[in-house]
Amino acid sequence: MDVSQYLEIFLDETNEHLQNLNTQILSLEQDPENMDTINEIFRAAHSLKGMAGTMGYKRMQTLTHDMENVFSEVRNGNIKVKADMIDVLFQCLDALEEYNTNIRESSDEGTNDNGALIKRLNDIMGGDSDDSAAPSGQAPQAQAAETAAVGGGFVGIKLNENQQSVLSEAIRQGKRVYGLTVKVQESCILKAARAFLVFKAIEDTSEIIVSDPSSQDIEDEKFEQHFSLIIVSEAELNEVVKAAKSVSEIEDVSGSVLNLDDVGGAGQTEESHAAETAEPVAAAAPAETVQAPAETPAAAPPAEAAQTPAPAAAPAAKKAPVNRPVVNRTVRVDIEKLDTLMNLVSELIIAKNSLVSASAMSGNSSQAVNEQIEYLESVTTSLHESVMKVRMVPIESTVNKFPRMVRDLQKKLGKKMELYMSGEETELDRTVVDQIGDPLMHLLRNSADHGLESAAVRKERGKPEVGSIFLDAYQDGNNVVIEVRDDGNGIDTKAVKNKAIERGVITPEQGEAMSEKEIINLLFNAGFSTAKVVSDVSGRGVGLDVVKSMIESLSGEVEVKSKLGEGSTWTIRLPLTLAIIQALMVEIGDEKYAIALGSIQTIEDILPSDVKLVQAKEVIQLRDLVIPLIRLNEILDIPSKKDPEENLVVVVVKKGDKLAGLVVDELIGQQEIVIKSLGKYISKCKIISGATVLGDGEVALILDANALI
Amino acid sequence: MNEIEELRPVGETTQFIVIKLGDEQYGIDIKYIDNIVRMQHITRVPKVDEYLKGVINLRGEVIPVMSIRIKMGLEKDVETKSSRIIILKLEQQGTIGVIVDEVREVVTLENERIEKVAYDSKDENANFLCGVGKSDGGLISLLDLNAVVLESV
Repeated sequence: MDVSQYLEIFLDETNEHLQNLNTQILSLEQDPENMDTINEIFRAAHSLKGMAGTMGYKRMQTLTHDMENVFSEVRNGNIKVKADMIDVLFQCLDALEEYNTNIRESSDEGTNDNGALIKRLNDIMGGDSDDSAAPSGQAPQAQAAETAAVGGGFVGIKLNENQQSVLSEAIRQGKRVYGLTVKVQESCILKAARAFLVFKAIEDTSEIIVSDPSSQDIEDEKFEQHFSLIIVSEAELNEVVKAAKSVSEIEDVSGSVLNLDDVGGAGQTEESHAAETAEPVAAAAPAETVQAPAETPAAAPPAEAAQTPAPAAAPAAKKAPVNRPVVNRTVRVDIEKLDTLMNLVSELIIAKNSLVSASAMSGNSSQAVNEQIEYLESVTTSLHESVMKVRMVPIESTVNKFPRMVRDLQKKLGKKMELYMSGEETELDRTVVDQIGDPLMHLLRNSADHGLESAAVRKERGKPEVGSIFLDAYQDGNNVVIEVRDDGNGIDTKAVKNKAIERGVITPEQGEAMSEKEIINLLFNAGFSTAKVVSDVSGRGVGLDVVKSMIESLSGEVEVKSKLGEGSTWTIRLPLTLAIIQALMVEIGDEKYAIALGSIQTIEDILPSDVKLVQAKEVIQLRDLVIPLIRLNEILDIPSKKDPEENLVVVVVKKGDKLAGLVVDELIGQQEIVIKSLGKYISKCKIISGATVLGDGEVALILDANALI
Repeated sequence: MNEIEELRPVGETTQFIVIKLGDEQYGIDIKYIDNIVRMQHITRVPKVDEYLKGVINLRGEVIPVMSIRIKMGLEKDVETKSSRIIILKLEQQGTIGVIVDEVREVVTLENERIEKVAYDSKDENANFLCGVGKSDGGLISLLDLNAVVLESV
């Protein structure tokens, strides 16, 4: 079978499952008894196994299979979650990650068998099941189930607590529970479709509680000829069987009525021990066939016997519907298709702008035309917003791997630390989210390695022994801010300065004249690392300069604030959208330029006499702030049209907490503009960040306020 | 144009668009040409090399435009009615427009009638040529577009 076309999906989904496993195992470490977590892990491992098997990745399948076994045992309560087991599991995830990387690069899983890991997994199972000494009652039951499984597969279905309680509740309410095994004809080609029809036929009269394989696997055709169901129904068994058989290409449907013991017994959990007295009935249950007419009275006595666990089960039953995982109705879309969509929206906005300016030009535009144009304007704006939203994904997918990373760092560095995250739901453009991971990882490592002190030093300084690293994300106007904060040592500006002089980055004289802030900014220089010991965590001298350039390539900026002894805060500011922005159009000489509204602070009207000179540079004073002036006509080599005696129009722009006043000739107005790249052919001009097509078809350049300051 | 020539099998011939820069005729290999548009307003881009005249809007795309004249050290372009911008699609540089004085015709040259020019380090303009073609209308200098478009260091 050629599976190459599914490779992309496989890789995507494997990543998702691995991420999910990472998160779940982390929370399992905190709360080893949580059944929901264990179930979730089991499901993810099971799906992984199935996917790897389908794609023919045998080693990956073997490893996941053994992981799944361990979880299956944990789920059944046969082994307890322990710290060393968590470690092994994490190593397994790493190994799977490695397979995944190999597959991504060469579409081959590689040759690493990870035999040692598999052995440790098996040790966990072997070693622990001994001391938990499988309760005696269980063995025969399991045997019974196994033998029965040949005839009717549904007996082998394992039930979790919720399902059990739903079933026992149903029986108590007088509903009937059936087990069904459906056999699909060997020649059947669309097995999944047939199975779906069977599901549908059964769902007319009954509710399907559990299926084996899972409904997802059945949907994906991951079953041979049989699949089994346990259903709660109000109809007679033979009606249900008949309904299922009515689907074509179904060879056979066998079914039987299950009573309370079967329900407990099939689940093999502790509740079933309470019903041990009723064991012979349970063993006999699979033998009851469709023809047996009087089921209900027979089921009654065991029901009474099973009353004891009922109080415990009852609340769980009420909770059950809430606990069912919410299935998101989503569609996977290639990002390229979204790009195309976005481009079309851009074209539409340009066309709208043209229409606006054409109608303004013609002068005789009627009321009706204006109204329609306004309507069109609101539609294009909402269309743009919706497309933007489609492209937005929560940063969760990227930051979720960090708790795991910090956990590993903690062991590697021998420091105690805790990562607190907030705002994982903050959304950003997909392309940005994909690329923000590495810079954030650098910053976190940096905080863990350089920022936080060792536990002994922390104790000495009167800080809590466990260091804290915070990762906070939030939206701020048209920007998204991500902060990485630690309560460590902060940046030692003296050490940085000495290092910079030693490395020849600055001269000692320069060092004297530098402000603390400027010194801190030296950290972003290429090849700068102050770590006294080079560790494999950080200190290779690549890092902060890469962080800076990566974030700038996303049109963002990064800033540091630090207080020696108290910690430092790294602030990353990213624009929400990269393609369409609100901009202020200005005129300088005969040329039109756009300035992104996001960077504009205020617009001022300044008397020429208010312009002062400081160190031969023009400045203005604005509400106690001294702001340097930048005369754009000089920078852009355009003769200004304005009389020097006239008032200056100053656009005050902001970069971080620096301000500058840009002197322009005229303001034209605010406009929604579509950013087009100037292309790599014209890349020398750093102060221009792009171009846009105006309503009249002309091209206007976009000034990069960040580069000007 | 010679009609008999057009019937010759392709593969042995190359088609060129003949343009004028000043008094000289130049040929541009037709396979690089995406479009020919009339002269239009070019938005100047500050702080770039002189030969880069700026950018234009070509059906919603922003395309850089350069002057071959300035690049080759000739006199500055004078915009006339016959001035055109030829939009080239190159593998490395992408889409780029070049300003020419006039677009004259399309010629089909047999490859035998194209002579290679010897590299001459003294004659700078010769470096922009990849050959000379002999056509009925006289000699045509064939432009080496990659050299023309290449960023000057």
